[in-house]
Amino acid sequence: MDITVTVNGEPHRRTVEPRLLLVHLLRDDLGLTGTHWGCDTSNCGTCVVWLDDLPVKSCTVLAVMADGKQVRTVEDLGHGAELDPVQQGFVACHGIQCGFCTPGMLMTARWLLDHDPDPSEDVIREAISGQLCRCTGYENIVRSIRWAAVHPDGEPS
Amino acid sequence: MQVPAQFEYERATSVEHALALLAKYGPESRVIAGGHSLIPMMKLRLARPEALVDVNELTELSGIEVSGGELRIGALVRHAELLASAEAGALFPILADAERVIADPIVRNRGTIGGSLCQADPSEDLSAAFTAVRANAVIRGEEGTRTVPVREFFTGPYSTVVGPAELLVELRLPIREGSGSAYAKVGRRAGDWAVAAAGAELALEGADVAEAGIGLTAVGAPRFVAAEAEDFLRGGAASAERFEKAGFIAAGHCAPAADQRGPVDYKRHLVATLTTRALHRAAERAGG
Repeated sequence: MDITVTVNGEPHRRTVEPRLLLVHLLRDDLGLTGTHWGCDTSNCGTCVVWLDDLPVKSCTVLAVMADGKQVRTVEDLGHGAELDPVQQGFVACHGIQCGFCTPGMLMTARWLLDHDPDPSEDVIREAISGQLCRCTGYENIVRSIRWAAVHPDGEPS
Repeated sequence: MQVPAQFEYERATSVEHALALLAKYGPESRVIAGGHSLIPMMKLRLARPEALVDVNELTELSGIEVSGGELRIGALVRHAELLASAEAGALFPILADAERVIADPIVRNRGTIGGSLCQADPSEDLSAAFTAVRANAVIRGEEGTRTVPVREFFTGPYSTVVGPAELLVELRLPIREGSGSAYAKVGRRAGDWAVAAAGAELALEGADVAEAGIGLTAVGAPRFVAAEAEDFLRGGAASAERFEKAGFIAAGHCAPAADQRGPVDYKRHLVATLTTRALHRAAERAGG
């Protein structure tokens, strides 16, 4: 099938099998390996990207379902050396351990803060409840997202 | 890497188009909306449809509105939208109670109400909630539209009355004066399926129960209904003793299976406790 998917503002035309999953289009075809691919069962949340401005688990979305839509991946969060405040928060509060869950956590955190700039710890925990950190580093992840809420413009790099 | 087997894919542009596509591809075709039940099953070859009919563009199925004394929820409404709907939450707090514990926020962005019902998983939360409030399911086929009470919608695990060339288009929930509703669930962890859960709706007349609806999930209740407990409550006092008794009756008339989520006696204990708890909360919300 012929599809056009706009990823991080750039349209990509491809001919794909209907069974191709969005996560594999992003990683294997477009080379955007920032989106991680973990459990393959919609549980771990490391493959979270935005599809038309909503976070989704891209291992459970067919690439053909993204035809004509906008996808935003973790590559679009920072720009060169200039990191998004949530990325700065993860650095400042050591929200990264092995780093595997980080891209999904960042994409969900950015969406949360865009819609609720001052979330409580409970709200943050609920927001990331669909995402697993196998290092069990949740305390620092929650702190990192709070840091970004307190520093909405980040810190100059 | 888990990848589904090959299939044909078509994107429907209207309900009529979807029905025509389902007729064209036959009984081995499936409707896909959120896909959060179907795609994982296809990866595991538990489902192997020959064709998928994508209904995500059918905005005519995506509304939540009050009309004709009913709350109408389009089949394509996402879980996150139902949870966010102040009107739905005020009229039927059981829906917000249930949505809050269905999967996780990201999955709720994709999964649809209609998909959840049509999946007919014996542990699905909304099936019990809609059963409790005696919702009706509106089903469209090429021949026309029919309305089926949700209590007659499920024909068994993963099986419904929706025919191969039909589409569930809407849920209609009758709004009852002086009623309240609630949902109580025990799961093993955030976002998990229920070990057991109970939904209740109570319509009160003064201090008495005019009508009671109780839905159970994950515990082998036929069609999700706790009919004997409802019969016991109807016409009697809305009292703590009777809510507790109703919980015991519900626990006695379901058929939980022992599995990795727990043994039978534990699940029966949960049914009794959760039913009683849901009834108390429903009564409070009904103003009792």
